[in-house]
Amino acid sequence: MALLTFSDKGFYCPPGDFYIDPWRQVNKAVITHAHSDHARYGHRQYIAQQDSVPLLKLRLGSFIQATGYPYGTTFSIRGVKVSFHPAAHVLGAAQVRLEYKGEVWVVTGDYKLAPDPLAGSFEPVPCHTFITECTFGLPIYQWPEPTQVFTEINDWWRENQEEGRTSILSAYSLGKAQRILCSVDAGIGPIYAHGAIENTHDVIRQMGIALPKTERITDKTNKKDLTGALVLTPSSGMASNWIRRFADPVTAAASGWMMVRGNRRRQSVDRGFVLSDHVDWNALNTVIGELHPEKIYVTHGFTDLFARWLQDQGYDADVVRTEYSGENEEPLEEVTG
Amino acid sequence: MKRFAFLYRQMDQTTSTNRKLQALVDYFQAAEHQDALWTIALFSHRRPRRTVTTTLLRLWAAESAGIPLWLFEASYDMVGDLAEAIALVTPPPERSETLRTLKDWIRFMQELKDVDEEAKRKAILEAWSQLEQDERFLFNKLLTGGFRIGVSQKMVTKALAQVLAMDENAVAHRLMGDWTPDNTTWDALFQSDSALDDHSKPYPFYLAYALEGAPEDLGALSEWAAERKWDGIRGQYIHRGDTWFLWSRGEELVTDKFPELETLMKIIPPGTVLDGEIMPWKEDKPLPFADLQKRIGRKNVSKRLMIDIPVIFKAYDLLEWQGKDLRERPYQERRALLDPIIEAIPPGYPIRLSPMVPAGSWEELTTIRSRAREEHCEGLMLKRMDSAYGTGRKKGDWWKWKIDPLTIDAVMIYAQRGHGRRASLFTDFTFAVLDGEQLIPFTKAYSGLTDAEFDEVNAFIRRNTLDRFGPVAVVKPELVFEIAFEGIQASSRHKSGIALRFPRIKRWRKDKLRKEANTFQDLQEMLEQYG
Ligand SMILES: [Zn+2]
Ligand SMILES: [Zn+2]
Repeated sequence: MALLTFSDKGFYCPPGDFYIDPWRQVNKAVITHAHSDHARYGHRQYIAQQDSVPLLKLRLGSFIQATGYPYGTTFSIRGVKVSFHPAAHVLGAAQVRLEYKGEVWVVTGDYKLAPDPLAGSFEPVPCHTFITECTFGLPIYQWPEPTQVFTEINDWWRENQEEGRTSILSAYSLGKAQRILCSVDAGIGPIYAHGAIENTHDVIRQMGIALPKTERITDKTNKKDLTGALVLTPSSGMASNWIRRFADPVTAAASGWMMVRGNRRRQSVDRGFVLSDHVDWNALNTVIGELHPEKIYVTHGFTDLFARWLQDQGYDADVVRTEYSGENEEPLEEVTG
Repeated sequence: MKRFAFLYRQMDQTTSTNRKLQALVDYFQAAEHQDALWTIALFSHRRPRRTVTTTLLRLWAAESAGIPLWLFEASYDMVGDLAEAIALVTPPPERSETLRTLKDWIRFMQELKDVDEEAKRKAILEAWSQLEQDERFLFNKLLTGGFRIGVSQKMVTKALAQVLAMDENAVAHRLMGDWTPDNTTWDALFQSDSALDDHSKPYPFYLAYALEGAPEDLGALSEWAAERKWDGIRGQYIHRGDTWFLWSRGEELVTDKFPELETLMKIIPPGTVLDGEIMPWKEDKPLPFADLQKRIGRKNVSKRLMIDIPVIFKAYDLLEWQGKDLRERPYQERRALLDPIIEAIPPGYPIRLSPMVPAGSWEELTTIRSRAREEHCEGLMLKRMDSAYGTGRKKGDWWKWKIDPLTIDAVMIYAQRGHGRRASLFTDFTFAVLDGEQLIPFTKAYSGLTDAEFDEVNAFIRRNTLDRFGPVAVVKPELVFEIAFEGIQASSRHKSGIALRFPRIKRWRKDKLRKEANTFQDLQEMLEQYG
């Protein structure tokens, strides 16, 4: 039997009567991670990996009713066994494993294979049915070594600093920003962050997780202090008036889309770094090859093409339409928040 | 190839002009001469010939990546650039080749010209398996012939001047002309005097900037010379020894396209170089620019075409006279030499002087400029009387003072999707004017919208698509835009019978309803007045 059905509200589990990452209001929502396209407003109850809970409260309001479980702990919802497993996407991101009458399904949410300083290492979970994202499910997306990318970011920052300029780097406020913060050479100079990112940092620090030092950019921030600094901002900050406050800025974006030169130009940033918290083409194929599930559903991104590719490889693969947006620009409200 | 790829990366990644220049200097100092020569050639659009078709490259790219062709095509569609798509899907090298430099890879490509398809396939797959990703990208760019890089000729010249310890203008001059790395060497180009004997070599064109402010800001009118700004092709006419050459501004030799100018050799002495405009000209009046394009587009210029669309050379500067380079002399002096030379030429020869336009005040000149369209000009040129003939774009001595564009309010009726990642966006739009209840499409136009407007227009189109033909959406005819353009001409190729020059969206007239747009009648009247 189908452990999950695909409704216009999202993935629904009939025996457990709950949804996974639904995009319309429901009673009980199991959430893979706190990105806004997966964690929507207005559900009566949220169930997530325990590190996700403070992030959900930050983003959706402290009043939400949310329950957290650690990775690897199995709990039961109306007889369906549910457990969270590391997805290495962002802090608290989890694959959701469901087991009912011997049948096992896994919903990956978003994930990557490269280890993450806050989100740990991806754990492959054997299953009958595998529901995977494929945001970057085309062979043009093959990530370079992250260590090499961080070296490039360090060199770029240093070069701008030598010229007395401010380095502005746009990155997703939850996940990418912390990954960069923990991986660049903080010895080069001070690191500043946009309010939306700094709010996330505050919550993470309150959870007892140490992050390198950052300064919040406020109206009182002195332009002069920013010379030679690295400033982290969500991409929407790049497009708004917010960026005008910097004297002689050099802009860059860190995202998987930067793999293609045309996208760098379209983002109108001076420089693009290829850094993604999603699986690339090779990683997707590796994971699927390893799990060899009986049935695969793909969501997010180049679904039609990737499903056709999997069918060509002899898999039973289909597309599920969702309303997830993938690694896109963040909504503007996060900038003012 | 590593060194060239490194240079390319540096040019691509830094926004600092100083760093770009330094990267070029470092490269030219370190590179072998023949490699450096190819680099200069590529930067100045002297590309090697294509030896492999893109159809085959796509097949082999799919093979190398281990993916079906449909998946490669879909990937290419996403990227929008074949060279890049191939570089992205092909696997990293098993062993990275370090021995072959740029010139070797170009020879490698050139040698594919006469071999059979299987040998080509083997060679290309082998090349891909030895090159790093950015090297593969550059190799593919060379293969597909679409090499373009964001570096100005001026910066290359500057870097070379520094490396060669030569004057910048001298370097610029030596870089011009009809050379390729296959028919010259570094020494022949830069070291020997013979380069200067190359009769075909033009001088770098001096370019004018668009005047943004008021002309009064330029100072006293007495320090300035005014001329008409002609709507032709900027050209340099050279008569040296017993041959002649005609260069267009894109550093392209166009002598063959305008055979009727050969006769000028009879009345202009050798050792002369003229700067001016190639103009389609009949009955002592310019023809529309589109006519000139017809001549340029043709591979062979027929007698018929020469009768239908004759050309003349409209001279406005004298760069070389009696074999002497006059470029350092003041403009005033060069004109004093030029004017009598051209005026002395008997009628019937395809050459005219672009006369200076006298005026007593800036106001008077402003009035003259406002009549430019009636005289089939684009406005006026302002040149400082005492200015030398510079190279490239030295700001401040020559200004283009164009007339304001014509405008018309039109209704959007079709929208077309872009390419690559813009495939999800509508980027090209077709506009129509009213003819009673009917809408008559008359032009395409793009750009000119702010990002926010662009998004808003796209959202409107998605909600109001009436029909769809491939990438083209038929849009509910509701939005009105002001379209600006430089000229209007009758055209049998267009359904409306009208062709616009440089149409673009000037602004979105949110304040206007469809019925308030301009009519076909308005367009006809514009054609009569300015066509
Ligand atoms: Zn996510
Ligand atoms: Zn997502």
